[in-house]
Amino acid sequence: MRIEEHPILKFDRGKKITFYYNGEKIEGYENETVAEALHAAGIRRLGYSPELHRPRGLFCAIGNCSSCFMTVNGEPNVRVCVLKCAEGMQVEEQQSKGVVKI
Amino acid sequence: MKDIEVLIIGGGPAGLCAASAAASMGAKVLICERNQDLGGQLMIQTGKFFGNKHAGMRGFQIGAELLQEIAAYPQIEVWTGATVLGIYEDGVVTCLYQGEHQKIKPAKIIIATGASENFLSFPGNDLPGVYAAGAAETLVHAGVKPAERVLMVGAGNIGLTVSYQLKQSGVDVAAVIEVMPQIGGYLVHASKLQRCGIPIKTSMTIAEAYGNGKVEGAKIVKLDENRQVIPGSEEDIVCDAICLSVGLSPLAELCWLAGCKMACIRELGGCVPLVDQTMETTVSGVYAAGDVSGLEEATTAMLEGRLAGISAAAALGYKVDQAAEMQEACRRELKTLRSGPMSEKIRHGLEKMAAKRGAVVC
Repeated sequence: MRIEEHPILKFDRGKKITFYYNGEKIEGYENETVAEALHAAGIRRLGYSPELHRPRGLFCAIGNCSSCFMTVNGEPNVRVCVLKCAEGMQVEEQQSKGVVKI
Repeated sequence: MKDIEVLIIGGGPAGLCAASAAASMGAKVLICERNQDLGGQLMIQTGKFFGNKHAGMRGFQIGAELLQEIAAYPQIEVWTGATVLGIYEDGVVTCLYQGEHQKIKPAKIIIATGASENFLSFPGNDLPGVYAAGAAETLVHAGVKPAERVLMVGAGNIGLTVSYQLKQSGVDVAAVIEVMPQIGGYLVHASKLQRCGIPIKTSMTIAEAYGNGKVEGAKIVKLDENRQVIPGSEEDIVCDAICLSVGLSPLAELCWLAGCKMACIRELGGCVPLVDQTMETTVSGVYAAGDVSGLEEATTAMLEGRLAGISAAAALGYKVDQAAEMQEACRRELKTLRSGPMSEKIRHGLEKMAAKRGAVVC
């Protein structure tokens, strides 16, 4: 859920954009990260651990811990806590370690 | 290969102050920041600072001021989305920037990579909804509610201030629990929470997080004076998120890589590079400032950054006649900030560092 009223902060979210989470349409804003837009849409499971397949969510939000790895436009292991939303972006939950195309 | 006089790794409060100080003395500076935005964690702090010239300003306002300062210097170049990958024996630094493997040859390096929040071991700690407190703060700053009802683990300054920010944003804070018998952070922050009716429970820890695929609650337990669980003390907290504010660890990998002499100093948050009173590490021309050289606060990180920036520029021959006085002014201000009873731990840590360094440290 988004916060509309705040006693101190004003939110400069920028332009509204649409991207896709596992094929489902999600509305976000250009100044938000993918993790923030997904949280606003009530989605907190971002993927699964590669070995035990336990659900994984956001942890550090500074691009350090790897808990938020998702597949973005076909590229695995993208840290969505520091990736800004972009129009038409395809974001998917990751099930395994992923394969990097070279 | 890109030649630069001062390379600053990390664009948080320490790095930005280092850049501004070095540039003000005439040095050409490059800042490499891993994320897309400069300012680091300062940009998400809504609490008011106290202490020095920034007293009364909110963290993000100080950050905005620093960004303006940086933008005013044409000799500061900024690379964002630039991850430094290596520091080699011949002084070459490699960096992933704009999809390319870049090589940089700096005359001086200032490592200001900051710290990351600690994790905590308990069953269910990997459930979606277990956040570092700073992550919840980041979501709030972006205008997104991290959850409806939160359990905060840790009553240090981060735990207390983030709890207050969550409350301000309409998130219910079920409780703040603290493993120690007393509150770790400033009383002024704790009082604010208590006035909101948020309980702060000391000598308590989290035993378990539970839920089906996401956090649905937590079990907390009371500890005796030997930190053993008191049987029958278990309480159930219904919540959809658990925030951990159980300390930070310096992000010192690049210091190790550069060959800096390191020491594990508990009071400074873990393994840190040994620095002297100019913030120079044991590797000549490599400086470290901010949380990476000892966990403290943004106010001291900014001063350490400034000191490192002055030192690096002076070592390059800029304003050598004024440098000693400028450095001394930074050190005086640091000393004042570290003089209070809450800084006892830091003072201890710095004494240990001085003993290990075999020199005076800042």
